Amino acid sequence: MSEPLQKMEAASKLLELKHIDLSFGGVKAISNISFDVLEGEVRAIIGPNGAGKSSLLNVINGFYHPQQGEIWFDGKQRHSMKPYQIAYQGISRTFQNIALFKGMSVLDNIMTGRFTHMHKNMLWQALWKGPAEQEEIENREFVEHIIDFLEIQAIRKTPVGRLPYGLQKRVELGRALAAQPKMLLLDEPMAGMNVEEKEDMCRFILDVNDTFGTTIVLIEHDMGVVMDIADRVVVLDYGRKIGDGTPDVVRNDQTVIDAYLGVSH
Amino acid sequence: MFYRESGDFKKTYQKDSQTFPIKFDRWRYYFVMLVAFVVVPMFLTDYIANAVMIPFLVWAIAALGLNILVGYTGQLSLGTGGFMAVGAYATYKLMTAFPGMDMVSVILLSGLITAVVGALFGLPSLRIKGFYLAVATLAAQFFLVWLLNKVPWFYNYSASGQISAPQREMFGVIITGPHATPVAGYLFCLGFAVGLAWIARNLTRGRLGRSWMAIRDMDIAAEIIGVNPLTAKLSAFAVSSFFVGISGSLFFSVYLGAAEVTEAFGISVSFSVLFMIIIGGLGSIFGSFIGAAFMVLMPVLLKNVLVGAMGWPTDLAAHFEYIIVGGLILIFLIIEPHGLAQMARVLKEKLRLWPFPH
Repeated sequence: MSEPLQKMEAASKLLELKHIDLSFGGVKAISNISFDVLEGEVRAIIGPNGAGKSSLLNVINGFYHPQQGEIWFDGKQRHSMKPYQIAYQGISRTFQNIALFKGMSVLDNIMTGRFTHMHKNMLWQALWKGPAEQEEIENREFVEHIIDFLEIQAIRKTPVGRLPYGLQKRVELGRALAAQPKMLLLDEPMAGMNVEEKEDMCRFILDVNDTFGTTIVLIEHDMGVVMDIADRVVVLDYGRKIGDGTPDVVRNDQTVIDAYLGVSH
Repeated sequence: MFYRESGDFKKTYQKDSQTFPIKFDRWRYYFVMLVAFVVVPMFLTDYIANAVMIPFLVWAIAALGLNILVGYTGQLSLGTGGFMAVGAYATYKLMTAFPGMDMVSVILLSGLITAVVGALFGLPSLRIKGFYLAVATLAAQFFLVWLLNKVPWFYNYSASGQISAPQREMFGVIITGPHATPVAGYLFCLGFAVGLAWIARNLTRGRLGRSWMAIRDMDIAAEIIGVNPLTAKLSAFAVSSFFVGISGSLFFSVYLGAAEVTEAFGISVSFSVLFMIIIGGLGSIFGSFIGAAFMVLMPVLLKNVLVGAMGWPTDLAAHFEYIIVGGLILIFLIIEPHGLAQMARVLKEKLRLWPFPH
């Protein structure tokens, strides 16, 4: 456990949430949550169903705007921003239930992930020949690296609707990676997978973290996976933060154990 | 045997992303172009040009435009007739106000004017989706037709309320007005149709097209990736209206010659263009053409067969025409809900392996 600790000391805070409050009408989804994500770490968010994990991700992502609290990303405080502006800041994500573009091929899906890196205007695109094609080819090269990395060469021209679930998850990861994000949000990347697929996915997540140095925030229910790959873990319950620390600390925390197993009163 | 991709290795990304990756397709495309530009004009009669070829091309352009909006971006629109009317009236105003302007500029400008109007009426799409958006665009249809009918400035205060295309020449050949030759009109429309199809293909395979399809397939995920829904939807409305405007412009200036807005650009126009792309195939450029061909050619063909070959009375044949075309639409949609273009795609997949399927 010494290696992740070293990594943490050297790194600076990439994302910091301060006293976030989010409610829908009378329902409080998140109350007074503060935590930070260091550059280059794998940060897990866990908690029972309805604990507010996905809401928190949506806050980071710009889908929800918290009523109170501050969000600092990459050294700057964020004021209310649309999700597509946040994409330009370098945050990308995958979804709990796959949100791929069903009518498009794998290649097109991942190419769409390059959206923020392509700038040629409509007139050049209408002409195609020249700068637009040049830009397309440059980005295609990058996308091919991702296809190689995720080992999905054989299906690059298949419409994603035809792929099995595990591969779709992988393509979605590829689409998020294509944006070259500073921070990658993964909402239950291993939900509904068998052991083998989970192992593959774990390997990809760790490889992404190692080779690209991408900071990763993930929500996951599989405790084995979380404890294995996360550097630090946040535990939520009923919209409150009940634990925060390295996997070992969290595992032995009495409040966390109570939240998961229940307490007799 | 002849339709093979094996052995045809693509060594550059440029080659890999070309429109017709299979050699046979490429040659077939060149062949079709040759036939369309050289062979057809040599044998073109008045009847074929005015009843078949020119309407086919004009409707194909309209279908292309609507397909960008409905097929690629997933925004259902019933305003096509209204936007075609805007294109037609813009052409009329430009032709009468600037008699010296050449026809290509007139038509492109009409397209641009329609694009602006289309983007304006696309604004509700940011809040409304699906069928509700269709109803909102229906408002555009009725409002635009009403406006063009109500304000006499649009038809230069003519007593009949009609607009009629003055005679214009290009390279010394008359292309509009009563003395235009069918070949000139045909080639003029063909040039636009091919050029616009090429532009549609380029736009839909690039960054913009992917953002459209992303909005169509999963708008939340599109936003996460950085697609601004506002620009994606409005650009789709603008580009689509540009195409539809050009189609309306050609429909009026080359095909009809004279038009009255409620008759020529009513709600039935919106529906028939929508049917073209549904039958042809949503999200397919080839589908736009084949859908337009189906809707234009089928009635003509049936009329010729029923009246010409079988000697039925004209009025009876006219009614049977509707029945048969309606029935064929049903049959095609049951066999292949994704349209004729999908049928062609399936056929191609089979052809790749034919005659040895293993």
